[in-house]
Amino acid sequence: MTDSSSIILSLTIWIPILGGLMTMAMGNAKSRPFALGVSVLTLLVSLPLYFGFDKTTAAMQFTQNAAWLPGFDINYTLGVDGISMPLIILTTLINVIVVISAWEVIKDRPAMYLGSFQIMTGLMIGVFSSLDAILFYIFFEATLIPMFLIIGIWGGPNRVYATIKFFLYTFLGSVFMLIALIYLYTEGQTFSILGMHSLELGEKQQFWIFLAFLVAFAVKIPMWPVHTWLPDAHVEAPTAGSAVLAAIMLKMGGYGFIRFSLPITPDASARMDGFMITISLIAIVYIGFVALAQRDMKKLIAYSSISHMGFVTLGIFIAFILIGKGDSAGVALGIEGAIMQMISHGFISAAMFLCVGVLYDRMHSREIADYGGVMNTMPYFGAFMIFFSMANAGLPGTSGFVGEFMVILASFKTNFWIAFLAALTLILGAAYTLWMVKRVILGEIANDKVAALTDINRREFWMLSLLAFFVLLLGVLPSLVTSVMHASVENLVQHISISKY
Amino acid sequence: MDNLQIATPEIFLLTATCVVLVVGLFLKREQLHLNYWMAQAVLVVTMIMTTSQIGDEPMSAFSGAYGIDTMSASLKSWILAIVFGGFLYSRDYLSERKIARSEYYMLGLFGTAGMMIMVSATNMLTIYLGLELLALSLYAMVALYRNNSAASEAAMKYFVLGALASGMLLYGISMVYGATGTLHLNVVNEVLAGGNERSVGARFGLVFIIVGLAFKLGAVPFHMWVPDVYDGAPTSVTLFISTAPKIAAFAMLIRLLVDGLPVLHADWQQMLSILAALSVIVGNLVAIAQTNIKRMLAYSTISHVGFLLMGIVGVSAAGYSASMFYAIVYAFTTLAAFGVLLALSRDGYEAVELTDLAGLGKRNVLLAGVMAAAMISLAGVPPLVGFYAKLSVLKAVIDGGYMWLGIIGVFMSVVGAFYYLRVIKLMFFDDPIVQTELETATDVTAGLAVNGLALLVFGIMPGLIMGVCIAAFA
Repeated sequence: MTDSSSIILSLTIWIPILGGLMTMAMGNAKSRPFALGVSVLTLLVSLPLYFGFDKTTAAMQFTQNAAWLPGFDINYTLGVDGISMPLIILTTLINVIVVISAWEVIKDRPAMYLGSFQIMTGLMIGVFSSLDAILFYIFFEATLIPMFLIIGIWGGPNRVYATIKFFLYTFLGSVFMLIALIYLYTEGQTFSILGMHSLELGEKQQFWIFLAFLVAFAVKIPMWPVHTWLPDAHVEAPTAGSAVLAAIMLKMGGYGFIRFSLPITPDASARMDGFMITISLIAIVYIGFVALAQRDMKKLIAYSSISHMGFVTLGIFIAFILIGKGDSAGVALGIEGAIMQMISHGFISAAMFLCVGVLYDRMHSREIADYGGVMNTMPYFGAFMIFFSMANAGLPGTSGFVGEFMVILASFKTNFWIAFLAALTLILGAAYTLWMVKRVILGEIANDKVAALTDINRREFWMLSLLAFFVLLLGVLPSLVTSVMHASVENLVQHISISKY
Repeated sequence: MDNLQIATPEIFLLTATCVVLVVGLFLKREQLHLNYWMAQAVLVVTMIMTTSQIGDEPMSAFSGAYGIDTMSASLKSWILAIVFGGFLYSRDYLSERKIARSEYYMLGLFGTAGMMIMVSATNMLTIYLGLELLALSLYAMVALYRNNSAASEAAMKYFVLGALASGMLLYGISMVYGATGTLHLNVVNEVLAGGNERSVGARFGLVFIIVGLAFKLGAVPFHMWVPDVYDGAPTSVTLFISTAPKIAAFAMLIRLLVDGLPVLHADWQQMLSILAALSVIVGNLVAIAQTNIKRMLAYSTISHVGFLLMGIVGVSAAGYSASMFYAIVYAFTTLAAFGVLLALSRDGYEAVELTDLAGLGKRNVLLAGVMAAAMISLAGVPPLVGFYAKLSVLKAVIDGGYMWLGIIGVFMSVVGAFYYLRVIKLMFFDDPIVQTELETATDVTAGLAVNGLALLVFGIMPGLIMGVCIAAFA
C-alpha cells in the first residue's frame, strides 16, 4: 500500500466535515454552490476506493494508523474491506444528491442546513471506515448531533417530539455498546476491532456482549419492536433528512451486526439466531401489513424501510442455520444478499423520499388522500415515481430485486417456512407501494390543487435520474457490488464458522 | 528540607490580594473597574508561576505540610484559568447590579488561595485550613447580594450546612489523628500499613471524613444544600461555586483517601460506590423536573459528582487520572454554561427560567452555540470533550470490577441527555419570547468563543489534558 492511498479515507472523512464547517461560515448566499462543490469533491476523492480496490483479498485496504490517545490505547485506525467500501461510496453519492435536493427548497438558513449534511456525511464515512472500536463509537454517536438539529430545526410540526425521541432512543441503544466495548478492552487489552474479532470469549460473556450490541444495532437499523422512533423521525424530518436517515443511517445498524456482533460473538449469535430470525420475519410480515394501513406517504415508506431492513437481519442471521448444515455457499449468499439489500435500499428509499419531497414542496401535504391523478399533470415525475415504486416492490431488473432474491434463495436452503414468510414481502411490498402509486399517481385528477401542479424542473429531473440510473445499474449488473465484497464475506463466513470456545 | 519557593505562587497570590484589597479602599466609585483588572493581573501572574512548576520533581515544604507534584501544579493552573474566566464573565453582571464589586473579586481571590492550598496540602490540618479559607469566602460571596432575600437565605443555609460538614471532617481527622498520632498524610499511611490494630479508629474517622467530603462535593444524600445555594446566589457566584471548587474538592479527596488512607481502600471504595450511584441516579432524575436553569444545573452537578466519584471507586492510577480529567472537564464545561447565562442576564433581567433561553439561536448564535456545546459535552456525546471524561471513568469502574456502577452510569447519562437536549431544543427549535438584541463585550465574546471551542478541540484531541492527568498518577 503506497502512502497516497492511505490518506484517501482520511480525506473522505475530513473534506466534508471541514467543508461543512466552512459552508456554515460562508453565509447563506454562497453556501449552495460551495456545498455542491464539497460534496462532488468528496465523491471524487472516494472513487479510488472503488476503482483501486483489490477484490482478491479480505484484508483491510487503504489503511491508515496513527496513535491518537496513547494513554487510552485508542488509535486513529482506518481501513475498508469489501463490506464497508460499497457503503462509503453509497454515502458520498447520496450526499451529492442531498445537496441537489435542497437547492431551492430550503429557504431558512440554507448554509447551516447544507453544512450539517456535509458534516454528517463525513461522520458516517467515519463510522464505516473506523477500525478502532472507540473511534467507531465516536463517529456513530456524533452523527446523532447533526441529525438531531436537522430534524429539530427544519422538520415538520411535531419535530421536537420526533427528534428527541430519535436522539434518546439511539443514544440509549448505543451506550450499552460502549460498556461492551470497554469490557472487551479489559479482556483483550485492545480497542482494535480486528483484535476483538480474534478474542477468545466464553459462552456467558458472549451472550451479554451480544445483547449489548443487539440493543445498539437493533435500535439503529431498526428491528421490530424497537422501531417506533423511525416513522416519527421520518415523517417530521425535512426531505433530505429522511433520505439520509433511510439511505445511510439505518445501514450503520446492519453494518454493526456484520462488523461487531457476528465476528466478536459468533457463538452467541448462533445461539440467538432463532430469536433474531423470528423478529426479522415479524418485521418483514407484520410491518408490511402496517405499511399497508398508512395514510401518510412518508410513514408508508418509513414502514417499508423497516420491513426491508428485516431482510437485512434475516440474511445475516440465517447464516448460522446454514453453517449448521455445512452450506457455506448459502451463508455467503445470505450475507451478500443482506449487504446488497442495504446498498439497493439506500438508493431506492432515498429516491422514494425525494419523490415525496417533490410532491410535498408543491402541495404541502403528505396525505395520500389529498392526491390522485398526479400522472396527468406531472407525467415525467409520475414515470419516476412508478419506476422507484416498482423497484421498492422488488421488480426484477431493478436493484430492489437482487438483494431480496438472494436472501430468499438463501433462506430456502434453511427452511421452507422461513423462505415462505420472507417471500410474502414480494406480495406485501407490491401491495403497499403499488396501491400508493395507484392512489397518488394514477386515476382521475382528484382536486384543483393536483390540477394546478407543475412537472419537475431540470434540477429534480437530474436528481431523480441519477438515482434511477444506479437502481437500474445495480439491478442489471449486481456483480458491480457483489464481486467487491465476495472475498471479505467469505472470510467472515470462515471466521464465524469456528467456535470461540 | 524547606523549599519555601514551591509555595511562591500562593505567597504571591495572598500578598497581591491584600495589596489589591487595600488599593481598592482608595478607589473612587467610578474607578472600581480597576479592581477587576488588578484581580485578573494577579491571576495571570500567579498562573504563570504555577504553570512553570508543572513537570518539576515532587517537593515538599513546611515540614512536609505542603507539597508540589504534577497533580497539584496542573490542577492549580486549571483552577486559576477557570477563576480568570469566571471573573471575566461576571464583570458586566456585577457592575450592572451594583453588587459590591471589589469584594467579589477579593473574596474570589482569597477563595482561590484556599483552593490552591487544598490542592497542595499534604497535611490534614493544612487541608482543613485551605478548605475553610475557601468556604468562608464562598459563604460571604453568596451573601454579597444583600438586599436579595433569596441570596441571604441561601447564604445562611450554605453556612450552617457547610459548618456542619467542616465539623464532621474535622472530627474525622481528629479520629485518624488519635489512631495514628500524626497529621501528615504520608505518615498516616505508613502507620496504618504497619499494623492492623490501629485501623479500627482510623476506619471510624474515615466515615466522618467521607461524610464531610460528600457534603462539600454535594454527593447524594448530602446534596440538599446544592440546589438552594445555586438558585439563591447571584449567578456570578453560582458560577464561582460550581466550577473551580470542584477541582479543589477532587484534590482533597485524592489527598485524604488515596494519599492518606489507601490501606482502608476496601472501606471507602464501597462507601464511594454507593454515593456515586445515588448521586448519578438522584441528580439526573430530579434535574428533569426542574424549570429553573440554575436548579437544573445544580442537579446536573450532583450527577457529575457521581461520575467523578466513579473514577476513584476504580482504585487504580487510571481511575484517579480519569477522575482528575473529569473534574477539569466538568469545571470548564460548566464555566461555559454559566458564562452564557451571565451574558443573558442584563438590564436587571435574570436568566433563571429555562424558557429564558428560548430562541437564543435566533438572537445570538454564538451564545447559543457555546451553550449547546456545553450541554452536549455535559451529556457525554462525542465528539465533545465530556464524552472522554465519561469514557475514562467508565473504563476505570469496569476495570475495577464495578460493572453494575458502570451500567447505572450509562443508563443515567441517557436520562441526563434528555434535559440537556431540552436546553438545545429551547435555544434552536423554539421562537424567542424576548426579541431584544443581545450584545456582549468583545473580550467576553472572545472568552466564550475560546471556551466553547475548547470543548470541541479537546474533544478531538483529549490527549492534551489526558496526558497530564495520566502523568500525575504515573
